[in-house]
Amino acid sequence: MSGPSTYVPKSAIGRWFESRLPIMGLIHSSFVVYPTPRNLNYFWTFGGILSLMLGLQIITGIVLVMHYTPHVDYAFASVEHIMRDVNWGWLIRYAHANGASMFFIAVYIHMLRGLYYGSYKAPREVLWILGVIIFLLMMATAFMGYVLPWGQMSFWGATVITNLFSAIPLVGDAITIWLWGGYSVDNPTLNRFFSLHYLLPFMIAGVVILHVWALHVTGQNNPTGVEVKDVKRDTLPFTPYATVKDGFAMVVFLAFFSWFIFYVPNYLGHADNYIPANPLVTPPHIVPEWYFLPFYAILRAIPDKLGGVIAMFGAIAVLAFLPWLDTSRVRSAAFRPVYRVFFWVFVICCIGLGYLGAMPAEGGYVIASQILTFYYFAFFLLVMPLLGLFETPKPLPASIADSVLMRGGGGSAMATGAASAPETK
Amino acid sequence: MIKTKFSLLALGFAALVAAAPAQAAGGGKTPERQNWSFAGPFGSFDRAQLQRGFQVYREVCASCHGLQRIAFRNLSDPGGPMFSEAQVKALAAEYKVKDGPNDAGEMYERPGRASDRFPSPFPNEIAAAAALGAVPPDFSVLAKARSYSRGFPLFLIDALPIPGGAYQEHGVDYIVSLLNGYSKPDDPNWNDYFPGNKIGMANPLGDGVVEYTDGSPKTARQYAADVAALMMWTAEPKLEERKQTGLRVMAFLLVFAGLLYYTKKKVWADAH
Repeated sequence: MSGPSTYVPKSAIGRWFESRLPIMGLIHSSFVVYPTPRNLNYFWTFGGILSLMLGLQIITGIVLVMHYTPHVDYAFASVEHIMRDVNWGWLIRYAHANGASMFFIAVYIHMLRGLYYGSYKAPREVLWILGVIIFLLMMATAFMGYVLPWGQMSFWGATVITNLFSAIPLVGDAITIWLWGGYSVDNPTLNRFFSLHYLLPFMIAGVVILHVWALHVTGQNNPTGVEVKDVKRDTLPFTPYATVKDGFAMVVFLAFFSWFIFYVPNYLGHADNYIPANPLVTPPHIVPEWYFLPFYAILRAIPDKLGGVIAMFGAIAVLAFLPWLDTSRVRSAAFRPVYRVFFWVFVICCIGLGYLGAMPAEGGYVIASQILTFYYFAFFLLVMPLLGLFETPKPLPASIADSVLMRGGGGSAMATGAASAPETK
Repeated sequence: MIKTKFSLLALGFAALVAAAPAQAAGGGKTPERQNWSFAGPFGSFDRAQLQRGFQVYREVCASCHGLQRIAFRNLSDPGGPMFSEAQVKALAAEYKVKDGPNDAGEMYERPGRASDRFPSPFPNEIAAAAALGAVPPDFSVLAKARSYSRGFPLFLIDALPIPGGAYQEHGVDYIVSLLNGYSKPDDPNWNDYFPGNKIGMANPLGDGVVEYTDGSPKTARQYAADVAALMMWTAEPKLEERKQTGLRVMAFLLVFAGLLYYTKKKVWADAH
C-alpha cells in the first residue's frame, strides 16, 4: 500500500542524510502520504489512542520507578510516599493506575471493531495475530503491575494466578515454585514481577512496530470491508485527514481518562489494595482488576482446575485462529445481517462474564458463567465456521468511494464523480 | 454518526459494567451516605472540621490507632487542617520520638520535631494484638481501605459526572456509620455496620467526651463525622490539589477538543 517513497528532501543536508538513512522518507510514507480509506469511522481512531496510552504508561511508569522500592517491607510505603511526598506524585500514580484501565477499554474497543468489520480476514491474518500477542503481553504486564503496590489484592491476586500453573500435570508444582522463586509469593516474586513489568512494555512497543508495519503493508480495512480499488478515489492521505481526526479522538479520550484521574481515581481499583499485604489474612473475596473479570469467570465456570485454566487461556488463544475459523466471504458485519446479531449477543455475553467474574463463585452465578462460557466459545468455534456457509450477505458497494457518496447529502463531494447505484452481486 | 456515538457509549458502558467492585462486607447494614464538603468535583475540606477531627483523634483514638504515614508538618500543609507552624511545632514537641544511635551508639528519646511522623501507639502489631486482643488499624489510608458494595445499577452511577455521581466517599461513609452503629447497650461489641456485627472495639465516642472550642455540637455524631473527615484527608492529602488541577485540565481538554473538532470539519469538508 505505502509503496516506494515519494519523499524528496528539500535541503542539501536532508538529501545527504536521506541517501544514507532514509528514515525521513519512512516517516513521510508511513504518516504523511500513507493512503487511508476515506470511509473510516471513529472506531478506527483507537489504534492511535492505544499508541498514545502505551507512550503515557511508559513515561509515567519510568517516573514512578524513580520513587518506588520493590521490597515486601517497603513497596506499600513507597507508593504512599509517592502519593504524599513526591511532587505531583499523586498525579503520576493515578495516571498510571487508571491508564492501565483506559488502555484496556481502548484495546477492547479496538478488538471488537476488528471482530465486527472482519479485520482479521485475509490478507490481514499476521496483523491480527500480532495484535493477539500484544493483548497477551498487555495482560501479563497489567497483572504484574497490579502486584507492585503490595496491597492485599496484589498479594492474593498474585497467589491465585500463579497457583493456576500448579494445575499442569506432573510439573505444575515445580513450575509454580520456580515462578515464585520460593515456596510462596514473597520478596523474590515481587522483585521478578517488577523486573518483568519494566521489560514487557518495551516488548509491547516492539510488537506494536511490527503490528503497524504489517498494517502498512496490507492497508487498513474499512467499514465496508471492500478493498481499496482506486487509490485516488478510495483513499485520503494520512496527513492531514487521519492526523487531525485521530488527534481529535485522542483529546476526547484524554478528557474521559482525566475524569477518572482527577475525580474518581479509585473507582476502578479495589479498596482492599489500600491494606498492606498480609500473607496470614485472606480477603473474603479475591477479585482481579475489572479487565480480567470475563476471563476469571471462564476460569471459575469449569469445575475442574486444569480444565478451568485451559478454558481461560483457550479463550485468548482462540482469537489467533479467527482468520481460519471465519468462513464468510464478506468481511464487514454491516453486510452480514445474521452475524451482526450473533456479534452483539457476544458483546453482551462478554459484559455478562465480566459481571459474573466479580460475583462469588456459587449457585446461580456458576451456572450463568457456564452458559455464557459456552456461548463465548460457540461464537468462535460454531457460529463463525458455519454461519459463513449459510448466511446470505447483503450486496456490497462497488467501491469505497461509492459507499461514501451513497450516503448522500453531506455537501460538496460531487467533484469526485457521479454517485453510482450499489451493484448487486 | 449518531449510531456510532451510541455504540461508543454502549462500549464505554460495557467497560463500566465489567468494573463491578466486588465487596466483601457480609452481615453488615449498608452505610448511610453523608453530605461531605469534600465530595464532588468542586469539593474541598472544611478546615475547622479537620481541626476538630484531629482533636477527636488525639483525645480519643490515638491511644490505640496509629497515624504512621503522616508527619506533624503535614498538619500545616495547604489543603489540610492548616494549623499554624507554631502550633505544629508545639504539638510535635509533646511527643517522644525514638532517635539514634548517638555518639555512644545508643538509641535515645527526644521531643518530636515537625518533620517526624506520628509515633504509633504500639511498637508492632503483635504488641497491639497482645494488649487489645485485635490489631487496631492504622488511620493513615483507612478511609480508602474500607468500602461497601453499592450493587447494580448504583455502582455505575457512582462513576458518572452527574448529581449524585462521582462518588468516592464509600470509606468515610462506612466509618461514620460504624461509629454511630453501636445499637445494643447490653452488647458493647455489637455493631450494625461491621461485617459479621462483632467488632473488637467498644463504642469509643459518647456525647461530650471531647471539648470543642468552636461552638460545634459536642455530640457523638458530630465527633464521628469530624474524625472521618480527618481520615479522608490523611488518606488523600492532595485531594484539593487534585480536584483543582482537574478543573483546569478538563477545561483545557474540552476547549482543545472543540478547536480540533472544527479543524477536522474544515479539513474533511471536501472529502465527503
